[in-house]
Amino acid sequence: VKLNDAIWGALLLVLAGALLWHVQGFPSIPGQQVGPSALPRALAIGLGICGTLLVVRGWRERLSSAWLELPGWIAAPRQRTALAVLVGINLFYLLAAQWLGFVLTGIVYLAALMWALRVPPLRALGVAVVATLAIHYCFYKLLKVPLPWGVLQPVAW
Amino acid sequence: MTDAWMQAFAMVFEPYNILVMLGASLFGLFVGAVPGLTATMATALLVPVTFFMAPIPAIAAMVTATAMAIFAGDIPGCLLRMPGTPASAAYTDEAYAMTRKGLAEVALGAGLVFSVIGGLFGTAVLIVAAPTLAEVALKFSSFEYFWLVLLGLTCAVFISGDRPLKGLVMLLLGLLIACVGLGNPAAYPRFTFGNTELTGGIGLVPLMIGMFAVSEIIRYVVDTSPSGIVVEAQIGKVFRGMGRLALKYPKQVLRGSALGTLVGALPGAGADIAAWMSYAVSKRFSKEPEKFGTGHVEGIVESGSANNSALAGAWIPALVFGIPGDSITAIVIGVLYMKNMNPGPTLFTVNPQNIYAVFLLFILANLIMLPMGWLCIKAAKRILRVPRDVLMPVIMLFCVVGAFAINNTPFDIGVMLVAGVAAWLLESNGFPITPLILGVVLGGMLEENLVTSLIKSDGDALAFFGRPIAAGLGIVTLLVWVSPLLRRRRPIVGAAST
Repeated sequence: VKLNDAIWGALLLVLAGALLWHVQGFPSIPGQQVGPSALPRALAIGLGICGTLLVVRGWRERLSSAWLELPGWIAAPRQRTALAVLVGINLFYLLAAQWLGFVLTGIVYLAALMWALRVPPLRALGVAVVATLAIHYCFYKLLKVPLPWGVLQPVAW
Repeated sequence: MTDAWMQAFAMVFEPYNILVMLGASLFGLFVGAVPGLTATMATALLVPVTFFMAPIPAIAAMVTATAMAIFAGDIPGCLLRMPGTPASAAYTDEAYAMTRKGLAEVALGAGLVFSVIGGLFGTAVLIVAAPTLAEVALKFSSFEYFWLVLLGLTCAVFISGDRPLKGLVMLLLGLLIACVGLGNPAAYPRFTFGNTELTGGIGLVPLMIGMFAVSEIIRYVVDTSPSGIVVEAQIGKVFRGMGRLALKYPKQVLRGSALGTLVGALPGAGADIAAWMSYAVSKRFSKEPEKFGTGHVEGIVESGSANNSALAGAWIPALVFGIPGDSITAIVIGVLYMKNMNPGPTLFTVNPQNIYAVFLLFILANLIMLPMGWLCIKAAKRILRVPRDVLMPVIMLFCVVGAFAINNTPFDIGVMLVAGVAAWLLESNGFPITPLILGVVLGGMLEENLVTSLIKSDGDALAFFGRPIAAGLGIVTLLVWVSPLLRRRRPIVGAAST
């Protein structure tokens, strides 16, 4: 998704304004000129200047460049589905990993993503199981990362 | 001193370390050879694993993997006309034209042999320059460091693309990300919004995995261009004729390696920009410029040495000052901090064996590139047939687990995902990622040295120019900033991250 520079500039101006407003609440250090608000304030001013310049540039180029340029994948069903699945499974992982456990979540995660990328279903499932178990072995057994077991806790290996 | 070298030898030639290097070289070759997976991504993916290793094997894994990946990026460029990593993009068309002329083995052989020579050249410069610079750096106070960091960040803005304004925006955003949390001189929780996870700041590792790996996966998922078809090229004796090439183009090899090392050492510019510049230089000074683009090996020789020498060059400022020369060393610096091997001149005086070990690792990594690279070329067709529709999901799950592994918190997975989407969106709008990463890595150092300097000088801005080196660095920094106003800017070739 390509936006005109002026839109990016405007977004930066909003961010800069919000920053300046927020850092007012930062305390000052007694006997010292630079407190914790100094750097963020300077950054906000810098972002504000950059934002203004981008707005000016985008406005100048408004005839040659569109306000919003849609990429090729918007019209491509395969890519659109794949992106939706990619976003979906990551949300699913964040929500489900704790109670479903890493192994089951991982298998669903991989199988769904491969299915979205048009890998034949049986193959997708097979690779999903093997790859999930391999990643689990590497991180849980070798590197001792406490990946959650979830509902598989009774049969944890 | 010999004692330290002996210790370094013992650390490097330990069986475990050699095993790690072999594993990392296979990994690096694979990642480099698959289009869409970059050398920076290889480093980011290694972090969660190296996190659990001792410092020397951890560094060994990264040095080896990146060197291999930069070379292996030439392979799909040559056989598919798709660069395996952005560092090979400069001469992909040239290499592909050679393949069409039936010269695939010469193109790949030159890529391999001159990668090794470039890498060794960069390493030699690293070995000579780093300790010398470290001695100078020992005398630095907060004033010099402040200017040095600012100069490094300035370079990142002006080199990373042809539109410095967007680079500057990214740098400022990076510095802003570095502000989050308690890690500031006043230890005041900034931008935490009451969230305990944010008091420690935004994790560098999930951020990097997101920006360099997840963003590539998103790009792959929405990619609508057809995948390339492997050319059925006969690859015979890879090393044949390489001696003759070296004798024919000694100046090109030297020039490419020197330019590559220099570009690598400049913060913000890495192997990809080194390759673009070297290719342009090669064509400009060639006796047969008309042959460039038609399958002529000269440009490959020069820019192939340049991109590998840039890798070692980038380590010079990283080790001596803690200022990364490219996005790969930005990740490495993060790892060094985690390993309590904080970069800086004291690293050279307190624990010289560690530094010597890094030097040895570089030499060794470049030497084992010859046999491993040869194997990789031989197996190229099989590697290029690996179905990326299967590979990318597995890498994605690996990223999720890797981000989780550092602090064992799902919050970091969220950071990684947000960073990935943001990097993908920003990059497709022409905002370069490297300045942001440098901002995140150097933000703390910049603020600390600024505040320390201001306290020491009692708020006197002139004190920043009071010491000769500080004044010199300060003037150079200011000159770089005003230079675009003084003359009309000429765009520098190349963009994107390594």
